[in-house]
Amino acid sequence: MRLGKSTADIFDRRLSQATSLPGKPKWSKLKEKWIARILFFCGFFSVLVTIGIIISLFSEAVGFFLRPEVSIFKFFTGTTWRPLLKTVSPDNFGVLPLITGTLLIAVISALISVPIGLGSAIYLSEYSSDRLRSILKPILEILAGIPSVVYGYFALSFITPLIKTIFEIWLGLEVGFFNALSAAVVLGIMIIPTVASISEDAMRAVPRSLREAAYSLGATKFEAVSKVIVPAALSGITAAFILAISRAVGETMAVTIAAGATPQVTLNPLKSVQTMTSFIVQVSFGDAPAGSINGQSIFAVGATLFTMTFIMNVISDFVLNKFREVYE
Amino acid sequence: MIQSKKEQFRENLEKRHSAAKFFYFLLLICLLIGFFTLSVLIIDLAIEGGPWLRSQLFTNYHSRKPEEAGMKSAIFGSLINLGLTGLFSFPLGVGAAIYLEEYAPKNKLTSFINININNLAGVPSIVYGMLGLVVFGRMFGLFAPDSWLVQLLNLPVGKGALGGLQFNLFNIPWLEIRLPFGRTILAGGLTMTMLILPVVIIASREAIRSVPNSIRDAAYALGATKWQMISTQVLPIAFPGILTGIILSLSRAIGETAPLIIMGAFTYVPFLPESLWDQFTVMPIQIYNWITLPQAEYRVHLAAAGIIVLLAVLLSLNAIAVFLRKKFEIHWS
Repeated sequence: MRLGKSTADIFDRRLSQATSLPGKPKWSKLKEKWIARILFFCGFFSVLVTIGIIISLFSEAVGFFLRPEVSIFKFFTGTTWRPLLKTVSPDNFGVLPLITGTLLIAVISALISVPIGLGSAIYLSEYSSDRLRSILKPILEILAGIPSVVYGYFALSFITPLIKTIFEIWLGLEVGFFNALSAAVVLGIMIIPTVASISEDAMRAVPRSLREAAYSLGATKFEAVSKVIVPAALSGITAAFILAISRAVGETMAVTIAAGATPQVTLNPLKSVQTMTSFIVQVSFGDAPAGSINGQSIFAVGATLFTMTFIMNVISDFVLNKFREVYE
Repeated sequence: MIQSKKEQFRENLEKRHSAAKFFYFLLLICLLIGFFTLSVLIIDLAIEGGPWLRSQLFTNYHSRKPEEAGMKSAIFGSLINLGLTGLFSFPLGVGAAIYLEEYAPKNKLTSFINININNLAGVPSIVYGMLGLVVFGRMFGLFAPDSWLVQLLNLPVGKGALGGLQFNLFNIPWLEIRLPFGRTILAGGLTMTMLILPVVIIASREAIRSVPNSIRDAAYALGATKWQMISTQVLPIAFPGILTGIILSLSRAIGETAPLIIMGAFTYVPFLPESLWDQFTVMPIQIYNWITLPQAEYRVHLAAAGIIVLLAVLLSLNAIAVFLRKKFEIHWS
């Protein structure tokens, strides 16, 4: 006890000697403080990016809606999108063709990517050995890493001729050279790894005891997967579905290349449509000057796109967190 | 009675087993569709683009004659853009990751920043292009002749609708600054930085988190300050992981087309950029440009050759990342 106290005394004295070295501790304290501040700025910077996105999109979009040539009501309800026409009138600024075109492609691509992605995820999580999985998964992820302009090329050079053969020659339907289906197919392929990865995570989070219980009741592997594991992972799979649509809505180059630039309201995927993103690209290539009606219209479309994907991402996050089964 | 139930069960069991088998094959097909597409894509590219993979592709600019057309300025543009993006995103991304992992208190602001970063990662890339166009390209029109800022400070801006301010910082001749940044390679690099920043932050955080706490405690026990602990212990250990994350994010950036088109990259640039204030183009834009041309030589062959070059750069970046991860991986026991 006494010894303990005396060593503490010595330590205190040493410490006060050390910290009273001229100049050094004060400087290092200041340095620590400034480093913490700079790091905080870096962390906070992402918030500034978000603010920048919102200001840049919505300030120009508001400028667009304040023009006498457009009306915000007709923008969201009109079914004619002809902004590049010489005669500018509110009737030509109805965004619905772009939204339906976008959703047509997004939904078809989700219908392609979700079953295939889910199937791959079930195989990786339930059937393959760890070694096989460590080989298969990176190969599958390559699909997500390929640039979207490459998928656009692939759509034109391989998928579109394939679709033409199947639908035009075999089934006798009219197929446009640019069509929504071709874009949707390549987008679907592109999104497979995203869907697979989220669903696989969800299925791997299902505890082993649930599987063992299913098997002990005499379930086959198919029954265990379809009646126990997939229902238990349903929140993750739903989130993956929503995220897949959100990804497809925001995709640009593959759609621009494969789906063409014909804004029209149609449910026929064999026709050409224009999506919100491909309209933005089209105008940007046309070199619309700042402040012109076309230069501003892309921001109105962009703000709509941003809002749509934002809502979908939030819903997907919400589903993932809220309805997740928590196992002890 | 019992006998018939048994038989029924046997019959059912056979059906159940064949259903399980069928299901297994269905799963295999799902997985194979991905691999099949990948191989078709590669074969397609090799057939169409392979013979066009010649030296002109690297030494010439785009030309009206397909035999002479190349993508020299696009390759250089992509590499410079990549370098700038890495340069900007490294300090910002790693700084943010250090703050969030080591400094951030558990409060509402921190959780807001976290949610915000996750949301940014889900924003479509084209939106970043519009951000880049307004913030870097035009700077909100603050330097146009009729803006309030110019009139308030009486700035000597250029004439024309866009205006623009040009001066040398501290009167140093090579430190030329142009405001707004315009459709330059600097604005392109900054736009791409915004795009990959969330991914860089998330990857760096993971690398920093994987450093065990015992290392931090040991540094503190030796009397290190917080920053000394981070800079001498945590960062060197986490560095390979951070670098891997940044390279993987850059490999995603190199294939991005849309943001740079919106931001104002050019499609035809017959010169190499010499300063940050030059026009530029990148490989994916050049490829897109070729795809949209009517002649098959551009649309099919040159585009495929360009894609092969792009994928080669992308693959080598990924290979470097995997190599770094394998080489410097530490297994904590």
